[in-house]
Amino acid sequence: MSRAAALDVERVRKDFPILERRVGSNDDRSLVYLDSAATSQKPRVVIDALTEYYERHNANIHRGVYSLAEEATAMYEAARAKLAGFIGAPDPACVVFNRGTTESVNLVAYGYARKVLREGDEILLSVIEHHSNLVPWQFAAEATGARLRFIPLGEDGSLDLTGLDGLLTDRTKVVAVTGMSNVLGALTPIRRLADAAHAVGAVLLVDGAQLVPHTKVDVDAFDVDFLTISGHKMLGPTASGGLYGKRELLERMDPFLGGGEMIMRVELETSTFKEIPWKFEAGTMNIAEEIGLAVAVDYLSDLGMEAVREHEKEITAYAIRRLTEIGAKVFGPHDVERRGGAVSFWFKDIHPHDLAQVLDTFGVCIRAGHHCAQPLMRLLGVPATARASFYVYNSLDEVDALVAALGEAEAIFGA
Amino acid sequence: MALEELYKEVILDHYKSPRNKHELPSATATCTKNNPLCGDEITVEARVEDGRVAEVAFQGSGCSISQASASMMTEAVAGKDVRDAVALAGEFRSFMQGAAEPDEDAFGDLIALKGVAKYPVRIKCAVLAWDVLQDALAAGTEAAADVSR
Repeated sequence: MSRAAALDVERVRKDFPILERRVGSNDDRSLVYLDSAATSQKPRVVIDALTEYYERHNANIHRGVYSLAEEATAMYEAARAKLAGFIGAPDPACVVFNRGTTESVNLVAYGYARKVLREGDEILLSVIEHHSNLVPWQFAAEATGARLRFIPLGEDGSLDLTGLDGLLTDRTKVVAVTGMSNVLGALTPIRRLADAAHAVGAVLLVDGAQLVPHTKVDVDAFDVDFLTISGHKMLGPTASGGLYGKRELLERMDPFLGGGEMIMRVELETSTFKEIPWKFEAGTMNIAEEIGLAVAVDYLSDLGMEAVREHEKEITAYAIRRLTEIGAKVFGPHDVERRGGAVSFWFKDIHPHDLAQVLDTFGVCIRAGHHCAQPLMRLLGVPATARASFYVYNSLDEVDALVAALGEAEAIFGA
Repeated sequence: MALEELYKEVILDHYKSPRNKHELPSATATCTKNNPLCGDEITVEARVEDGRVAEVAFQGSGCSISQASASMMTEAVAGKDVRDAVALAGEFRSFMQGAAEPDEDAFGDLIALKGVAKYPVRIKCAVLAWDVLQDALAAGTEAAADVSR
């Protein structure tokens, strides 16, 4: 028996209240939610944690001296420790809470890159990046005179690292790539990139939005300098998550947002700031959400990230096989050892919007569009793709529902 | 809502056999725009003569709604005064937003797009070609005014 059996999907499904909803044109269809790469659904325990926080503990953190405030502060900081442990970070102070990957990349691009980049320096990205790991670097390059360079796409739909040595120079100061493509599913060999980046004195930021929810992550073993975490894609509440950074790098960084809670002493003309991570947490944070994220982390840890990965490999392999059988072109690597469960495809020249619309009437939720990766769409030669993405609550039956609904779309739009 | 209400036969017909989908070398007005939501891109070219849309064509790729709307649009505005064509674009937008009941005679096949109004995300697909037309005509009219000056 394969290790995938370790995850009991029928049991997992019972933990997700939304899966009881009926949808579709007559509200009589089971919800087939295949868009977890956009955002995951939330288990009951996470939803309950939010309610319990507001019903029993709600207070602002790091300031009140009454017991509620102390409880809220302790829960918030315990959530930080939980998240740090989940990604193998030795020190909770190395995890900065914020709204997730977009905010994290912006924080590094602003607080670190702008500080170290000089004119003519280089930032190495890849052509498959999500806009959130591209646009902030465009800003940083424009502000500093640094130059953007790009790792190309290989023919197999993963990054082509054969020319990496030529792309990394002594001017390279930052390398920022996705750990797992939100379009192609391709996994990045992170340790190899980290070693190569460090060899030229650059730091490596990994966009972990798609990686952290789906695989065992160990920032120490990867030797990444920065890792972004989107809590809402890993069963946590929206706007939860944060940035992992190596201590010495976070300490070197400038604060991004100024304001309350991030300061030590404020004069009218100048201020001094708290230590990491708090110097990056200005204003009232997403307290309930980060506490909810810690519960999501516990939930995933109980399932076991190896079991999660095995489950997704099984369902992804099945989906790629079935989609290919019905004539869909599946982008990205087809070998599930080298990819995750975000499966983009092109089906019978039917526009992805039309596919998604038809599928919706059958209760099947997929993403259609450019997936915030317009440069990649141009490379793939399509205006958009349809994307089904899988998580712990998805079953093989749901792949069958997807395939059946695609047949309905073909009946309407087929030539 | 049932799929048939959205994907009416006439829409699928315009999608599968688009009218006036080609280059227009004699164009005096042209504009290209994209829908950032889905990456669809539409170019509209028109030959304007004496304040009248003498000929109009479109190119580009997109979903059935955007392509059918573009195709129907070219049929609806060909031969119209520029002013009337622009007015029709405005009426079409109101129609999509559910703000106005259309004049069935002026709208012709466009009536079939009524189902789109129930899908806010898809309204952008339906109005894209009209936005492009309006900008093309505005630019073309300015250019014509420059020449006559």
